[in-house]
Amino acid sequence: MAVLLTKESKIICQGFTGAQGTFHSERAIEYNTNIVGGVTPEKGGSKHLDVPVFNTVAEAKKKTGCNASGVFVPPPFAADAILEAVEAELDLVVCITDGIPTSDMQRVRREMKGSKTRLVGPNCPGVLTPGIGKIGIIPGHICKPGRIGVVSRSGTLSYESAVQTAQLGQSTIIGIGGDPVNGTNFVDALELFLNDSETDGIVLIGEIGGTAEIEGAEFIRTWSSKFKKPVAAFVAGAAAPKGRKLGHAGAIVNSGAETADAKKEALKLAGVEVAETITKIGEAMKVSMGVS
Amino acid sequence: MDIHEYQPKQLLSKFGVVVPPGEVVYQTHEAENIVSWLNEEKIIVKAQVHAGGRGKAGGVKLCKNNEEVVETVDKMIGMKIITPQTSEEGKTVRRVYLEKGYEIEKELYFCITVDRETGGNTIITSKKGGVNIEEVAEKNPDEIHKLKISPGGDLLTHHARTIAYNLGLTGVAAKKAQKNILGIYKAFTSLDAALIEVNPFAVVKGGDVVVLDCKASFDDNALYRQRQVAEMKDENEYDPLELEAARHDLNYVKLDGNIGLMVNGAGLSMSTMDIIKYYGGEAANFMDVAGAATPTRVAAAFKLIYKDPDVKGILINIFGGMMRCNDIAQGLVDASREVGLNKPLVVRLEGTNVEMGMDILNNSGFPIKPVETMEQAAQDIVNLVKDIK
Repeated sequence: MAVLLTKESKIICQGFTGAQGTFHSERAIEYNTNIVGGVTPEKGGSKHLDVPVFNTVAEAKKKTGCNASGVFVPPPFAADAILEAVEAELDLVVCITDGIPTSDMQRVRREMKGSKTRLVGPNCPGVLTPGIGKIGIIPGHICKPGRIGVVSRSGTLSYESAVQTAQLGQSTIIGIGGDPVNGTNFVDALELFLNDSETDGIVLIGEIGGTAEIEGAEFIRTWSSKFKKPVAAFVAGAAAPKGRKLGHAGAIVNSGAETADAKKEALKLAGVEVAETITKIGEAMKVSMGVS
Repeated sequence: MDIHEYQPKQLLSKFGVVVPPGEVVYQTHEAENIVSWLNEEKIIVKAQVHAGGRGKAGGVKLCKNNEEVVETVDKMIGMKIITPQTSEEGKTVRRVYLEKGYEIEKELYFCITVDRETGGNTIITSKKGGVNIEEVAEKNPDEIHKLKISPGGDLLTHHARTIAYNLGLTGVAAKKAQKNILGIYKAFTSLDAALIEVNPFAVVKGGDVVVLDCKASFDDNALYRQRQVAEMKDENEYDPLELEAARHDLNYVKLDGNIGLMVNGAGLSMSTMDIIKYYGGEAANFMDVAGAATPTRVAAAFKLIYKDPDVKGILINIFGGMMRCNDIAQGLVDASREVGLNKPLVVRLEGTNVEMGMDILNNSGFPIKPVETMEQAAQDIVNLVKDIK
């Protein structure tokens, strides 16, 4: 089985009837994702895209048995939407919304302490398991079923990675997002893939800012020789100037440990095959796995 | 978003934090009135520009009488401040701040920042203030104290007390520092700040603890609910092209090279800068056509990059996912006609209808080179630009 999104997943969309929620739910349904309903306050009782709409996540769970949600709610209300899904005790919440205030996400982090819900994002492309379904905005047609797990902070770079690993195919693609305070990090995703019997190799795509890649590298170093998987990585932003924020709220170099070079070095020391440009990530994965 | 030095001081004073009395002036004659009501023996005149290292560049001056203040203000307004943090042309001084000068007894360091590792805020302090803190961290790491506040948590009185003790303060000074520290933290969380750095946080003659110099930046995502902060934005401090890009919702950052970039996605934009560097070129900008890369957005972004006189050639790298490449290609050809394209343009498109898009670009009659891969695109644009003087 793949990770996060499996055959058993029953998915709802929060912000279902909005433009983004509608568009991407349509694409998800085309991709045969098991979307069982959606939530838009005040629209409960109606139908949208042939599935029921509910006023609250709790009600949606009671009526559909959903266990996962994709959040497409606008930034001022997104943190609250995440916490609504957490309180309804869904297994997985994937927040696509970009532009949530950092202090709102700090509150989410506090409220989620001890919770069994897994949060992916925010400001991320979502999660896709080829042949099973997707939550989020990753284009389905570029992904192929296979045995490579992809974890990326950047959306478009997860797409590049999917295209470049098309020959091997992917077990699951996880976009963890570019915000400074988020849910699932590299260590969490690496652990999921390490323990997944359907994943043989892992692609990790990082970028400048923060130290999540270094923590990922430290985690990889703890893997025993009997239980480990080949990892290939790329870190974006080697050409970035210090102190300038490049697009993602989290993509800024404030100190030495946050540079692309420091992260690449840490990953190399952990035995990861590091690609010098994003166009070489597919090749690096093959090298790391010893296939040609 | 960054603001001028005097602005966080104004904000902090509303939270009960002790800052020097002062006033901002835009014109020399305003200074004449202000010195009389400030009525201080010593006044510091500080140029307000968004760049560190002002002092060494002549942007900070201690004045001992009113005439000297007015004279200094007159000199400073309109002068260019050139520091390692500005461009070669420097930054024009458009406002200066006049504030009371103190006899300093101790210079300390105090900073609050969002800690990405914990998801909470971390307070960094040091007894060695008034100097570059990165140097202190490197040479005397033991002199740096860190207090990590749990995500969404409050700074409690005992935290503030501990910080004051770590700063080497006792008695009345410790009490005064505590009150300031609690106020600064309250301001940080109430105003959605991303960073508040006080250096020096000073004990002055007479025993007061004062925020002498202060730098603050704020969470752009929260500006919609922080009007008083949002209104402090000084557009003169930004590159005109960056301001225009912001009006179109484009993520654009001006850089030093000569290859103009237009890419969708922040990660792909950074990676495109990287691969250009890898092949020996240098990007003139970072540009993420954020959100859906529609033909109109692509055309607006293209025209903006084309305007930059430093741009000798342009690389467009769009991974469409869901949108149609023929639409994007048509948008580019229309924009090329509008600007009368005469700089080399290399285009890599990925998405649906790639072939149709390529045909449109090939038959446009403009110097547009469509290529199939990002690798090829980077090599081609670096080579094409190399020969242009």
